[in-house]
Amino acid sequence: MNWLWSNLDLVGELMLVHLALSVPAIILSFVASVPIGWLAHRYRWSRGVLLSLCGLLYAIPSLALFVALPPITGLSLRSPLNLVIALTLYGIAVLVRTAADAFDSVEPDVRQSATAMGYSSTGRFWGVDLPLAGPVLVSGLRVVIVSTVSLATVGAVIGVQSLGSLFTDGFQRGIQAEIFTGIVATIVLALALDWACVRIGRLLMPWSRPDAAHRRRSIERVERVDAA
Amino acid sequence: MIEFRRVTKQFPDGTVAVENVDIVIPPRKTTVLVGSSGSGKTTLLRMINRMVDPSGGQVLIDGTDVATVDPVQLRRGIGYVMQNSGLLPHRTVIDNVATVPLLRGTAKRQAYDRALELMDTVGLDRSLADRYPSQLSGGQQQRVGVARGLAVDPNILLMDEPFGAVDPIVRAELQQELLRLQGELGKTVVFVTHDIDEAFLLGDQVVIMQRGGKISQAASPTEILARPADAFVADFVGADRGKRALHLTDVDGRRVVVDSDGRPAGVLAP
Repeated sequence: MNWLWSNLDLVGELMLVHLALSVPAIILSFVASVPIGWLAHRYRWSRGVLLSLCGLLYAIPSLALFVALPPITGLSLRSPLNLVIALTLYGIAVLVRTAADAFDSVEPDVRQSATAMGYSSTGRFWGVDLPLAGPVLVSGLRVVIVSTVSLATVGAVIGVQSLGSLFTDGFQRGIQAEIFTGIVATIVLALALDWACVRIGRLLMPWSRPDAAHRRRSIERVERVDAA
Repeated sequence: MIEFRRVTKQFPDGTVAVENVDIVIPPRKTTVLVGSSGSGKTTLLRMINRMVDPSGGQVLIDGTDVATVDPVQLRRGIGYVMQNSGLLPHRTVIDNVATVPLLRGTAKRQAYDRALELMDTVGLDRSLADRYPSQLSGGQQQRVGVARGLAVDPNILLMDEPFGAVDPIVRAELQQELLRLQGELGKTVVFVTHDIDEAFLLGDQVVIMQRGGKISQAASPTEILARPADAFVADFVGADRGKRALHLTDVDGRRVVVDSDGRPAGVLAP
């Protein structure tokens, strides 16, 4: 505990650095996965290829990817941007399949009636398919949030600062409290982002709240009583 | 007026859904397409708003071949009500009703005012305007579906088994509502069902379809009962059995009408 009190500033700073690494990667992987997932959903023949390719990304060991990226991107090994790109790729690996499933989950009836109403195809994507895929997308995003926040710590091994630096430093100097702080801080950060994601999801999709189903059931009960 | 001229629909897998259909759907009347599943009735309906394009022949609305009209614009001018209402689950009732006017670029305020009026028209309490579809009963959802179909005051209203998924009591209620609405509004309604009783109740013209997408008979309900075109029609409408095969018996000098099971249907008015 003493270690934590005397290093609060450092932990706080590393938390911000960690956020600056993971949040852009999470957002980027979301933005990239939605169109890829939509393609896989829309064009059946592309599904197998796209999902396998993206899934394969996850099989690349993280350290190997960190080392392999700089020659391709032209960035230095220690550049945080390098790490953001790697994390984005892992995010895509996790999210593309969920995104395809999310678009699959939209009721064909609803999609058809939207078309019959006179939605154009782009209008239907933004107005119907994307929002209705939202709940499943959010559930996939939550996995990406937690995995990205924890994966970002590995960057410390190649010298990119993050909460992971508390592990490497703690190991080298044999400070148990520092390692423990790093673990707890990473978990807290992941949980906080996850919570924020759920809140934002509820705000954007008020119709998906679980209590909507409850209310419906109670309405039906009232009507049955009325009818009797 | 909607006209089908030698319309055929063959799907890429070779199934023929509709074969050589010629039919005229008169304006401001209700035409019911009725048949068992696989008779092509829904395919026929969906050709009117180009949800399905025919592989042969023409569909004309007031003399214009629909194939020459942009499908999105065409659909925005035709009301569509489907089974399970097809409401957008992420939009409130009022937004659902106002969908098409908003797509057409009507000002929000005006579209909402109209939507509220339509809720009155179809017998929905205005207090439901801010609910989501999942918070409504099946019957209420179906009413929202009808209100949405009427939102741009279209000349044509397509209804694809709209009351198929609600319980019999609610269905009877909705059927009466539709009769009332049609009496007030006089739309060209094309209604698809597999229920011959519903067809006879709602239809000015009833089109009986059989497997393979062929029309067996298109006529008024009375005419179909009086002169079924063939054995299939006679069997389909049940003219020779149950509650449609009525006969008279004398009971203490009064003429009582009974069905084929001997159950009384009523008395013969003098």
